[in-house]
Amino acid sequence: MNYQWNWGLLLKEPYAGWLLTGLGWTVALSIAGWLIALPLGTTIGIARTSSSRWVLGLSGFYVSVFRNIPLLLQMFVWFFVVPELLPARLGLWFKRDLPNPEFWTAVLALAFYTSGRLAELFRAGLQAVPRGQRMAADATGMNRAQALRYIVMPQALRIILPPLTSEFMSIVKNSSLALTIGVLELTAQSRQIENFTFHGFEAFGAATAFYVLVALVLNLVMVCLQRTLALPVAV
Amino acid sequence: MPDYSLILRNASFLFDGLLLSLTLTLVGVIGGLAVGTALTLVRQFTGVIGNRVVDAYVFVFRAIPLLLVIFWFYFMVPLILGRPVGAWTSAIVAFTLFEGAYYSEILRAGLKSVRAGQLNAALASGMSRAQALRYVIFPQAFAAVIPIFLTQAIILFQDTSLVFVVSLHDFLTATTIIANRDGRLIEAYAFACLVYYLICLAATAGVEKLKRTFAR
Repeated sequence: MNYQWNWGLLLKEPYAGWLLTGLGWTVALSIAGWLIALPLGTTIGIARTSSSRWVLGLSGFYVSVFRNIPLLLQMFVWFFVVPELLPARLGLWFKRDLPNPEFWTAVLALAFYTSGRLAELFRAGLQAVPRGQRMAADATGMNRAQALRYIVMPQALRIILPPLTSEFMSIVKNSSLALTIGVLELTAQSRQIENFTFHGFEAFGAATAFYVLVALVLNLVMVCLQRTLALPVAV
Repeated sequence: MPDYSLILRNASFLFDGLLLSLTLTLVGVIGGLAVGTALTLVRQFTGVIGNRVVDAYVFVFRAIPLLLVIFWFYFMVPLILGRPVGAWTSAIVAFTLFEGAYYSEILRAGLKSVRAGQLNAALASGMSRAQALRYVIFPQAFAAVIPIFLTQAIILFQDTSLVFVVSLHDFLTATTIIANRDGRLIEAYAFACLVYYLICLAATAGVEKLKRTFAR
């Protein structure tokens, strides 16, 4: 293997700047997508535990659509197809006046895809809380919403905290797919540096290091959260 | 007006794309299982250092996006071999090594699910450690995680669409090509959604059925 190493390259402009803005976009995509996906996924997840057959069927269909179609295809649909199907004026606004359309489309795709996965997670978490808890809440005179809010959900959240963290890691990784519709996030920037300089090891190495760093930080945050939130009695 | 005739006109092109997606999935599952098993064996038979190396391998591959892995190997495989190779070869290497990390984690969970008494009993009956693993522990561990293996294979099938970035003609790329050529994005992508949806739904239903059969 004949290769000229040049790690100093990464510290030079414009490459250092590219990597950092790429990291910025990756973080922005992940957080924006997460902020939409979390409430959406929670709602659908609660609907998945409903006793109404209609609600159950509809939420089940929602989950199956977003989980059984590859994210890349979903991203293309949001970018190329959805603006065409919208009412003419809205579609035009989407394509022409919306600042940074690639970014917001990618956020939507990531958010809906992730919401389907989160819904399943919340359903599993809610069902993992022993049934007696709900009955006891019922017996103390709480209505169903109160029981969910004060008794069941706090316990379910503690149960699903570890997989919830890996879902956030997944959205960070999945945000790389935004490069296919033109968002210059971290993976795209490292690819661009490789194209410009032929120094793939350094470019991809830097991106890998950033992703690993994000994963390490997230693991740390999760462990701290778990300690803070742990109940005196095991749930 | 929607015009779905382009699907029929390009049926064989699309079918070849689907075939490539399925082949890549199959290769990824077999290669991933092989690498995953190898990593698990390293964990079983080497000391602390071997374990740490495997841990690091798994952690890094699980921390970075598959797209980045595909780019890595698209760039690195020709460099290491010293001659240009096609996107197909580098994609296979990327998927095998990437899936290997996930499969080794699944296998680890499977091994944990086998009770400790099984190993002790095997050792007490005069088997060597290797024999105990080969004849007693591994068969049980594999059986326990077969549904998870298959679920991972469905995820992999969806992930094969990422070879779009290295211009391999998988199903999604084939759809994109005809969509752009004929200017029929809505029809082409609607059809692709339907195909992926039905395949994954059927596969998931199959896995669920298998799970119930196993549980019995």
